[in-house]
Amino acid sequence: MKVLVPVKEVVTVDDAFEIDGTAIDERYLSADLNEWDDYAIEEAVQLQEDGVVDEVVTVTIGDEDTEQTIRQALAKGADRAIRVWDDALEDVDLLDVGAKVAILEAVVGAEEPDLVLTGVQSGDDSFGATGVALAEAVGTQWAAVVNQLELENGADVASVHRELEGGLEELTDIDLPAVLSIQTGINEPRYASLRGIRMAQRKELDHQTLADLGVEGDAVAGELELTSMYEPESESDTTVFEGSADDTAAQLAELLREKGVAQ
Amino acid sequence: MSDILAIAEHRQGELRDVSLELITAGVELAEETGGDLHVAVISGDVDTYAEQLNREGVDTIHTVAYGEEFNHDVYTQSVTQLVDSIGASYVLGPNSVNGLDYLPAVATRFDVPLVTDVVGLETNEETLTATREMYGGKVETTVDVEGTPAVVTIRGAEWPVAEGAGSADVEAFDAEIDEDAIGSSVNGFEEVAGGDVDISEADLLVSVGRGIDEEENLELIEELADALDATMSSSRPIVDAGWLPANRQVGQSGKVVTPDVYIAIGISGAVQHVAGMKGSDTIVAINTDPNAPIMDIADYAIHDDLFDVVPALIEQFS
Repeated sequence: MKVLVPVKEVVTVDDAFEIDGTAIDERYLSADLNEWDDYAIEEAVQLQEDGVVDEVVTVTIGDEDTEQTIRQALAKGADRAIRVWDDALEDVDLLDVGAKVAILEAVVGAEEPDLVLTGVQSGDDSFGATGVALAEAVGTQWAAVVNQLELENGADVASVHRELEGGLEELTDIDLPAVLSIQTGINEPRYASLRGIRMAQRKELDHQTLADLGVEGDAVAGELELTSMYEPESESDTTVFEGSADDTAAQLAELLREKGVAQ
Repeated sequence: MSDILAIAEHRQGELRDVSLELITAGVELAEETGGDLHVAVISGDVDTYAEQLNREGVDTIHTVAYGEEFNHDVYTQSVTQLVDSIGASYVLGPNSVNGLDYLPAVATRFDVPLVTDVVGLETNEETLTATREMYGGKVETTVDVEGTPAVVTIRGAEWPVAEGAGSADVEAFDAEIDEDAIGSSVNGFEEVAGGDVDISEADLLVSVGRGIDEEENLELIEELADALDATMSSSRPIVDAGWLPANRQVGQSGKVVTPDVYIAIGISGAVQHVAGMKGSDTIVAINTDPNAPIMDIADYAIHDDLFDVVPALIEQFS
């Protein structure tokens, strides 16, 4: 059984930042492996260690700078990686769900995985939709927000728990092949070992262009246009306790006694 | 004259609040487009749901009596057929775990735009403009959506629930469900987060988040909870890491709490967390980041390091 894990490099924003047009000024950004994808990688690697899965392949849409993040996934146990990048993607402000799916659909077509494990969402634009949209595009089954996965060797059905709101889980059987979006907490993502990091340097990391994949340039233009970005107006009238830690703690203690919740 | 189709959500026999919020968003949008607002309810006791959904501004309610609980294949097929039948320009659904389990598939099937987790919507005849957050709520963006039908999921509790009795036509919609195309089956539900402590009963919650950094640092928060005779709860990352059991988790996927005082320590205030605690009478936030989203709902704040403030606070009560 082969598993494909779409891995995204996301940016995280410093506490203080400036907006430049429709983007955050690069000086305040740092790159990181998307948190949800970390859990998807771990789930795939565990399935491989359990002997259910033979090969774990990652796919990332990103320029050359994302290779460091991709190597992290390889160091954690993925066997090989595909990186898709193209000049046509340079100028795309917001890679929307449809555009991502157009690319990933082509990769799924080439790799023919039995299972695709995506993260539930990405920490930056948080659409939370790529996995399900991809499943529909490639004509397989799917399940969104999976926080438990049971898969027997050679089975054609996966038994999953889907994490609904309010502490309720839905127990569902999904026909394979399928795309599952993986929720944080499903496992404990490992740290890459030194040996893993060394081995990752030698693993295959294959760069593909849109033409290599047979994807038309206008398929990634997207149907959404980012027109503005701004800091949300704060509606709060927060009372800020000022001073040293001892001062602020004393003010808070007084408040708690006033409210009658502490002695 | 663009028509709008809003899809209700229910679970275990109850219509969920977001269904009535969708109607409010739909009514607003219909006023702008001059079109009709259609509401669909799929599976379960659709006639009872239809009565509850019959609010002011709804023109037609379509019921699909097939199955009991949510199944994404049934929803995808039904909604696709409804959109075709109505000729809807905008499809509105909830940005819920189930909403995100079928609406992306609907958008893909029609090869139309999808915009999720929307907190504001407006339209002229040409373009739909959606407001949504990025980077965990640090910024808001506006996004223009070209092409119809466009599929939109709205964030819960952003629009008020629709009030006022309506006079909608209720029509049974005879969806042709292809059972061979159903590749998922729901076998049941399981309650999590049981156990010894019910954080939703507490008057004072000391809640800890990612800012605590290390598992062994939790002792500090335990000590504070003891000193205050308070109950300890947490945000999601602490439970994900296995540092506290699931019954301590506050938020959308955990418990909704409404204590007299909620002290958020090292919690940034992601929307999923805020959904679980914004009903607290008084909210106190201790966080080094003055721009953290939690500060938007905090009544009192300390912009300082929890490792300095918490020991000082323990000192106040010992």
